[in-house]
Amino acid sequence: MIPTAVTADPPEAPRLKGRRTPLREQFFRLSLWASLAIGVLFLVGLLTYVVVEGWPRLNSKLWTNFPDIIDPSNAGAQSAITGTIWVISFTALYCLPTGVLTAIYLEEYADRDRWWNRAVEINIQNLAAVPSIVYGILGLGVISRGLGFGQTVLTASLTLSLLVLPIVIISSREAIRAVPQSIRQASLSLGATRWQTIWRQVLPAAVPGMATGSILALSRAIGEAAPLLLLGGLTFITFNPTGVQSQFTVLPIQIFNWISQSRAEFTALASAAIVVLLVILLVMNSLAIWLRNHFTHRW
Amino acid sequence: MTPRTRRRRAAPGSPGFLRRSQSRWGERAVRVLLVAAALVSVLTTVGIVVALIPPVVDFFGKVDFGKFITGTDWSPLFEPPQFGVLPLVTATLVVTVIALLVAVPLGLGAAVYLSEYASHRVRGIFKPVLEVLAGIPTVVYGFFALRAITPLLQRYWPGGDPPQVFNALSAGFVMGIMIIPTIASLAEDSMAAVPRSLRDGAYALGSSRMQVSTRVVFPAALSGIVAAVVLGVSRAIGETMIVAIAAGGRPNLTFNPLEGMQTMTAFIAAAGIGDLPTGSTGYQTIFAVGLLLFAITLVMNLISIRLVRRYREVYE
Repeated sequence: MIPTAVTADPPEAPRLKGRRTPLREQFFRLSLWASLAIGVLFLVGLLTYVVVEGWPRLNSKLWTNFPDIIDPSNAGAQSAITGTIWVISFTALYCLPTGVLTAIYLEEYADRDRWWNRAVEINIQNLAAVPSIVYGILGLGVISRGLGFGQTVLTASLTLSLLVLPIVIISSREAIRAVPQSIRQASLSLGATRWQTIWRQVLPAAVPGMATGSILALSRAIGEAAPLLLLGGLTFITFNPTGVQSQFTVLPIQIFNWISQSRAEFTALASAAIVVLLVILLVMNSLAIWLRNHFTHRW
Repeated sequence: MTPRTRRRRAAPGSPGFLRRSQSRWGERAVRVLLVAAALVSVLTTVGIVVALIPPVVDFFGKVDFGKFITGTDWSPLFEPPQFGVLPLVTATLVVTVIALLVAVPLGLGAAVYLSEYASHRVRGIFKPVLEVLAGIPTVVYGFFALRAITPLLQRYWPGGDPPQVFNALSAGFVMGIMIIPTIASLAEDSMAAVPRSLRDGAYALGSSRMQVSTRVVFPAALSGIVAAVVLGVSRAIGETMIVAIAAGGRPNLTFNPLEGMQTMTAFIAAAGIGDLPTGSTGYQTIFAVGLLLFAITLVMNLISIRLVRRYREVYE
């Protein structure tokens, strides 16, 4: 047999001439493959289901009309869509700068020998896995009622910011860490200050990675419903928010609201709104993957 | 991260003496700004604790802690109120166990396949597809469980009483699917960290691929795999929307997954929707259950972080 090109990965089992693959081996391989396939099939089933169910309602009424309890055939989700845009914009405005600055501090300034810096790190790892409904309690107890911000866009944005902040911090840190030390040393040796080095060399190189993480964080925030349930997001809203002090609803909350109705028209309406939500999320996710593939720098 | 330089004072004129320019104003301001940003994350934790403690203290002033933990009746918003949290805890337990029965085998199977069997191209296709599963909002999963999975189960139930409209089985199953990517990606990371030489050694001794996967890679990556499962547990315990939609809102002390039941998270959501007045016992109940939830998931996370750190140390 003519030897073919040697490939580096994946680790190939040496192909020795011998007995055929035992049945046990084939079965094992098949069951591994099946466990991957079940997840994928489930995904396909879910997407097909919502598109088929929501198809009759996927028309312009969905984004031109307001929710209507009495006449579901004319109901739309405009207030939820604009509410989502409001809430997400303010979430981004607050959590992206905070997250990136924290990441810069932890990667470029913090001294790991100091206990408080380690505490901040462990704290962030923990926050990343705190159930989202606990953030809802935080929003309810501290931001909404404690600080007196009420059931507003501002409260929702702040709560969601805190929820996704760990994701932004962790992904930004990874992006900063990927910039090699030699770049920093070259800049410093030319007389640049620490911040000049960070601002002009490190950050530009790390931006694609940070952007990827930020988009993923925001797409998580868009889909989140549990904490907003506690912040009065379920109230029946038939107007668009006019400012950060407005009451609001968002798409996941509106969907939850429609699911709770038993009439079949509402099932279709919920499916249609889910399709809209999933399209938004898929676009954001593909953008993140595209960014990662096209702008990530190999040093 | 730049290594910390310890400043040593050299005598003027001696070798090694460099005149430091004075630390600049802007540089200091930037540092202060960065520290302030880092403090936000700490303040969040403080905020969570501060938000939880006072209402909980007040709550346990009125409700006996022993009765709360061991009581079997949960109806805090009705008259007369009963504050036995056990039905919520057992419901959480039932749903979590079902979710893990789905997610652990499937997640680990997918991880072994992606790490040991799949070609580069197959991995490139399936990893992002699996990640999409993690990106779907849980309200959508809840909807799918209630409107698609439950009717399917009811129609094709083999013998006995079919599941109720709200049941823990379909909520747990769908939650399990949701957790697959969490477990698969962490487990795959830890399997990828197993050095190639271990595999090569096993192959050289004539092992098959299945033997290498199950007897070499799997044990070597075990702590990472356990960490993945623990993280899966903590996600299942904390998940809200799926159980709030598909498992029902009735506290029910049972281990029968075909019945409807209310988990801790579902209770918090349901009580939070009703606009309870600040300071009422009902309002404080949210915080008491929230603290219990926070404590359980915190323990899980600490275990998971510790395990991940341990397996990382092994091969570095």
